[in-house]
Amino acid sequence: MSAGAQENFPTGGAGVASPRVAHGPLGRILGGGGDDGGRRRPFGGIKNVFFLLLLTGISILALYPFVWLISASLKPQGDVFDNRLIPQEWQWNYTGDPTPVPGDEKLFALPDTPVLSWMFNSVWIGLLAALLVAMSSAVVAFAFAYFRFPGRNALFALILATMMLPGAVTMIPVYLIWNEISLLTGETGRLAFLPDIGVNTQYPLWVPNLFGSAFYIFLMRQFFLGIPRDLFEAARIDGDGYFSMFRRIALPLAKPALIVVFIFELQAKWFDLMTPLIYLRDSALYTLPLGLKTILDAQGAGGGGEGRWEIIMAGTVVTVLPMVILFAIFQRYFIEGIATQGRKG
Amino acid sequence: MASVASTETAGPLQGARRRLSGFRERETWTAYLFILPWVIGFLALTAGPMVASLYFSFTDYGVQQIAGFEETSRVGLENYRTLLEDPKIATSLKNTFVYTLMTVPAKMMVALGLAMILARIAFAAGFFRTVFYLPDITPPVAIGIMILVLFNGSFGVVNRALELVGIPGPYWTTDPSWIKPSLAIMSVWTVGGTMVIYLAALKAVPQHLYEAASMDGAGPWRRFFNVTLPMISPALFFTFIVLTIAGLQTFTEVYTAYFGQGSTGAESPDAALMNVVYLFRQAFEFFNMGFASAMAWLLFAIIMAITAIQFVVSRRFVFYQGGDKR
Repeated sequence: MSAGAQENFPTGGAGVASPRVAHGPLGRILGGGGDDGGRRRPFGGIKNVFFLLLLTGISILALYPFVWLISASLKPQGDVFDNRLIPQEWQWNYTGDPTPVPGDEKLFALPDTPVLSWMFNSVWIGLLAALLVAMSSAVVAFAFAYFRFPGRNALFALILATMMLPGAVTMIPVYLIWNEISLLTGETGRLAFLPDIGVNTQYPLWVPNLFGSAFYIFLMRQFFLGIPRDLFEAARIDGDGYFSMFRRIALPLAKPALIVVFIFELQAKWFDLMTPLIYLRDSALYTLPLGLKTILDAQGAGGGGEGRWEIIMAGTVVTVLPMVILFAIFQRYFIEGIATQGRKG
Repeated sequence: MASVASTETAGPLQGARRRLSGFRERETWTAYLFILPWVIGFLALTAGPMVASLYFSFTDYGVQQIAGFEETSRVGLENYRTLLEDPKIATSLKNTFVYTLMTVPAKMMVALGLAMILARIAFAAGFFRTVFYLPDITPPVAIGIMILVLFNGSFGVVNRALELVGIPGPYWTTDPSWIKPSLAIMSVWTVGGTMVIYLAALKAVPQHLYEAASMDGAGPWRRFFNVTLPMISPALFFTFIVLTIAGLQTFTEVYTAYFGQGSTGAESPDAALMNVVYLFRQAFEFFNMGFASAMAWLLFAIIMAITAIQFVVSRRFVFYQGGDKR
């Protein structure tokens, strides 16, 4: 029977280009968006050339820091600030001898600086957190989009209101909660049989994502509202329960919105310095931003010529590059996700 | 088929009622089950902490209390009085306001300019959009480091470029009066997201409005002020609010470049002390949790007040298509 429903509603292949999805606010953009050239009259001849030159100039400004960074990461210590885009003398600052000469270590061989673990931490925490928040937000959002229940509008207004709350207000008590939990689950705590959870573990970095996030709930709800209700009713008639209807109809149709949420959260975790700074003490647990900050603090040496900036630059490249690659693959989701934000105005 | 129906345990007495309103009732309980994750999160990570934070702001909660050496004592308005007396609070607020005032209009104008060109350029618009968006995916820690190297007073490439046109560049990262401008310039570099929002808004403006305006004899400037701006005003307003709130909470770039336990920068300059940076240091470096909570509520009050003003003022300028939505 479930196979029958699958045939009636070809949700499996419903991806970005599904015409049905194109009814939603996000879908309208994802489905029909892209560069249709806009409906505005394009510039003519000479103006076009002028603006092309202008845009090229601004592009150079936009890209220059990246090129500078990469090139500086391939120079020897003394040449970092020579501001040449092509190194006069090339030097590989990323990987090297496992027993390096002090003062000549490479990024991945710095003593007490497990850059690879940091990358790994950032990757798995980001992926897990993004997956959790996408799923939990979708579940909550679906309830607000599909069900009618007492208090729905008031609760949804509450969700929107929490978006205004600065993180600083809840930051301290939430830290104290985690601190309390780590006392309970520590060696002498009453819950010592549990694994160590709390401060100086990575749990505080992703566990909050189990509970959905206001902005994502809002985004997903808008998307679900755009899916024709008939689809759900038909699934109900086919005998689907609410949850299987959500899983088999709503989730596959919402794939574009889920990807947007996933990517936004992945980026947020990849960017986050403050949370790791608050919770992580052991350098083995660090995420990449905190690790990079540690490298800067240890190797920067007052910002002068003493500092090993070629290492810092290599570390920066390693932090920046994964996002660039992610962006290259999922560009349309980044762009359309951002563009959608503006529509809620 | 995962059956949610099992969440409802049918008692014999409820049978009749269920036959009447069973469908709606089951729907209601299922809905509550679906929003349960958010409810738990809201209570445990938002509402509860808010109450706790308000309470702590009237106490001397600090490192002694966390460790259990001393009892927490209520200090009344002491923390809020300190807010007024601590000169660093005034400095950090001033820094934050100045920085926000520098970045928000600059970012909005640059983004709008770029979006308007991209909306009408004959080709390669997609390419340029990608290029302009790239800085926005740079982690803020990396941006903090870029500020240090690009704006370095002696070797930085910004000053080298200024030299080329004969302007002696300032010591951006050490001169107190140039720290915030350099932060702001770097912030304008990440203008791509705002630009993408404007671009989407511009593309949604119907072409016939421009044609009608042209026929009425409106020149490019009139068309810009009387057609473009009103039609994209919701997007402008949205970014205005979001950029302001983000500006008032600036942390990572500034903290990376100028604060921390390391040897970078012998002394952290007061000119870079942003509100949230100071709050963070009070809370997690000096562990003055009570005082930091009071700071957080001050920040919350400021953000609410500014956002409220923005809403009231913009009501006159924001045009929602299809009637008054608000």
